[in-house]
Amino acid sequence: MTGPGEEQPVAGGFIRSYVITSGRELPSPDSLSLITLVTTAPGKEPPPRAIPEILAIWELCSGGYLSVAEVSARLGLPVGVVRLLLTDLIRTERLLSRAAPPPAQVPDPRILERVLHGLQRRFA
Amino acid sequence: MDSNAASPESIYVSGAVTTAVKILIVGHFAVGKTTLISSLSEITPLSTEERMTQASTHHDDLRGVPDKRTTTVALDFGRLTLGDELVLYLFGTPGQQRFMQLWEDMARGALGALLLIDPGRLADTFPVIDLVERYGLEYAVAVNSFAEDSPHSEAELREALDLLPHTPLLFCDARNQKSSAQALVTLVQHLLQRAS
Repeated sequence: MTGPGEEQPVAGGFIRSYVITSGRELPSPDSLSLITLVTTAPGKEPPPRAIPEILAIWELCSGGYLSVAEVSARLGLPVGVVRLLLTDLIRTERLLSRAAPPPAQVPDPRILERVLHGLQRRFA
Repeated sequence: MDSNAASPESIYVSGAVTTAVKILIVGHFAVGKTTLISSLSEITPLSTEERMTQASTHHDDLRGVPDKRTTTVALDFGRLTLGDELVLYLFGTPGQQRFMQLWEDMARGALGALLLIDPGRLADTFPVIDLVERYGLEYAVAVNSFAEDSPHSEAELREALDLLPHTPLLFCDARNQKSSAQALVTLVQHLLQRAS
């Protein structure tokens, strides 16, 4: 029970997420990073009897590539939930994804070079 | 090539982009992380919600919902297309120790971190440095000083923060695009030095 003046629990949102994901465990961040880019595959349709959240993802992603973080933010859905729904859509080949470079102990100097030159060009 | 000239803000990443990378903008509460991201981002900064589960400390059974408490953390982020095939995301990452689970997620695959500090609130920066170092992120320090009159000199700040000699420290105005970009360039030059 939450007494007056105490922190409000986020139970409402939690139950909603729980329903959207059918109570399934959310995938680990390893499976789909925040910056993996996704878009709908050409010629594909959303899954039959898709829930509104999947249809919203479908509509958003059919315009071009967006990162997982952007899909979450633009739809106002928690990252974990978006990750799970996107994973389903990628597995059934309805979405295309471009994964971020694999995490490394030390970042690839060639990528760092490109970032550096890109920044210098852009803000020169 | 001039991707920043793309006139009306497109919410989408160019289809030519093959690589997405991220840099973390870290610092304590209200130090100016989102301000810095806004000054650089090509899209209006977005906020995504990470929901973190903690074991319940009290028995507050939510009628069949697993007995867990969740807290919500908002992550502000922005995007920068750098050339035809590369996009850089800047994620503002809160510095509180209780967000460790989030940090693990954020640090994975990050190129490095720009640590924003307020010279008047150095003590608030210590836990953030601990987190950055714990997750093995290379970083540069940007002193967010709106006025030029930082109460401390560079040498004093370096000593107070116990920085390694090779860690860059610069003064910047997070509201100013050129100044924020310079901070990012300094960080990436440092990352490159450490990586080669």
